[in-house]
Amino acid sequence: MNRSDTKSLFWGAVLLGLMAFVPLVADGYWMSIALTIAMFTVLATSWALFSGPTHYISLATAAFFGVGGYLVGTGMSDYNIDYWTMVAIAPIFGAVLAFLIGLATLRLSGVYFVIFTLGLAEMVRTLVSWVQNNFTGSRGLYVLTDLTEPDIYWCLLVVAAAVYLFGWWLNRSRLGFAMRIIGNDESVARHVGINTAFSKVILFTVSGFVAALVGALIAPRYTYIEPNGVFSPELSFIVVIMALLGGTGRLWGPIVGVIPFALLQEFINANYSSYSTLVMGVAFLLIVYFLPQGVVGRLEQLWAKRRQSSW
Amino acid sequence: MVDTARVLTVQNVTRRFGGLVAVNNLSFDVKRNEVMGIIGPNGSGKTTMINLISGALGINEGSISLNGRYISTIPSFRINQRGVARTFQLVRILPSLSLIENCMAGMVFGHQRLWGDRARHEAAKLLERVGLDANANAPVGSLTYIDQKRLELARALASKPEVLLLDEWLAGLNPTELQDGIDLIHSLRDDGLTIILVEHVMDAIRSLCDRCIVMASGTKIAEGVPEDVLAEPEVIKVYLGEDI
Repeated sequence: MNRSDTKSLFWGAVLLGLMAFVPLVADGYWMSIALTIAMFTVLATSWALFSGPTHYISLATAAFFGVGGYLVGTGMSDYNIDYWTMVAIAPIFGAVLAFLIGLATLRLSGVYFVIFTLGLAEMVRTLVSWVQNNFTGSRGLYVLTDLTEPDIYWCLLVVAAAVYLFGWWLNRSRLGFAMRIIGNDESVARHVGINTAFSKVILFTVSGFVAALVGALIAPRYTYIEPNGVFSPELSFIVVIMALLGGTGRLWGPIVGVIPFALLQEFINANYSSYSTLVMGVAFLLIVYFLPQGVVGRLEQLWAKRRQSSW
Repeated sequence: MVDTARVLTVQNVTRRFGGLVAVNNLSFDVKRNEVMGIIGPNGSGKTTMINLISGALGINEGSISLNGRYISTIPSFRINQRGVARTFQLVRILPSLSLIENCMAGMVFGHQRLWGDRARHEAAKLLERVGLDANANAPVGSLTYIDQKRLELARALASKPEVLLLDEWLAGLNPTELQDGIDLIHSLRDDGLTIILVEHVMDAIRSLCDRCIVMASGTKIAEGVPEDVLAEPEVIKVYLGEDI
């Protein structure tokens, strides 16, 4: 366990180090794709911290992401608050929201949890739209900063590094061990002294914090924030698909799914934009049927088999 | 005043599932270092009683206390931390964890806690003690039934509980394995554990239990030394048509 942990830390550092140079070589088009990849890397990795070991599929990413983006928008447009102040505040809101949702969904398991989180994200979106339409007047909010795409990109890389470090620590911690036991058998977990509710809420809160932070950081990219955009449920699904495609068994699994899927999506959007939903659905089916452990899990299986047969 | 000899006290406990009364106004005590058997025909409420003690199910009426403190109102993870560990009627191992990790699972969060290399080391010792090869690398899912039961026992013992609940731990073993199992439980008792076991295997009841209670339809119909209890007419009556 220790050796593979150190290894994943090493490869994570190497990859992040390489990614930091992308803005120096990429043109506008590729920079934009790299930004998307960075954003989804953070979202999918932090999603997998909670959903990987526990197998609780959360579709609430958009709710936290949206809260982050929206708070930045409303703070800057409606209250004239500085961008960085809002970036500091937004993830705290995301964490509190995730904490409350976590408490409410403790008793739900399996498909009930999935549906609840999906419904919840939609509810937040509708609620925010309603408040805006009825009370604050405008529908959209402007996020005007001097930040360029490379600036945002580097910010996201720093967050990614923090998420990887947290995940690395988690894998060697008692909390991480508890999560793995919960994922295997929650009833056993309760009977070996694990406060399952508390453990789940803590990690869910962390993923809510990170998603809101990403939403806040990426907001300047869109300039114009609109609830139906930032709270789009599609985002939640894409995060799940990417993480599952890469594999949630390892810390660096999700990024293996993020890169190809982001490129595929870019290609589809550019050439067959009306089919993007169809492609997403088909990709989801293919992953579930053929790569239930993700690319990384499948590779590890093959590797283990080869090693066995060669001895 | 707390009676120190009395580790576990079950007082007028009732548990209903809808209209069905699974455990009906049941009371008994378990003394320190005693092996207490709970026997009775299928569906008489034995496993439900174990689930009530371990906190897997809540009680409707009555109370359960450990060393004079109520445990019937706290969640199961706290009951485990107070010193009650259990095995399950249908074996529950943790398939994606290694053998050592399966045992460590019981050690990290429970009654007496260890973590890191020391936990690993103690887990290996415990696995050897229950008769498993701690160095085995095969996935735990491929263990034989008896070995899975051993593993589950090791996990239950890992936090050094005061009270061990065994739910048909000896069921499904062949005669040699059964003798091994009985010897193992004997040795646990010699270590100072208090054990409550639900069992159908009469040989095990006779050789292991200091006392036992007999349940029928959720009610206690007899209590005492196994030899006497098993000779009582009412007990024979509820078992008629079964394996006596």
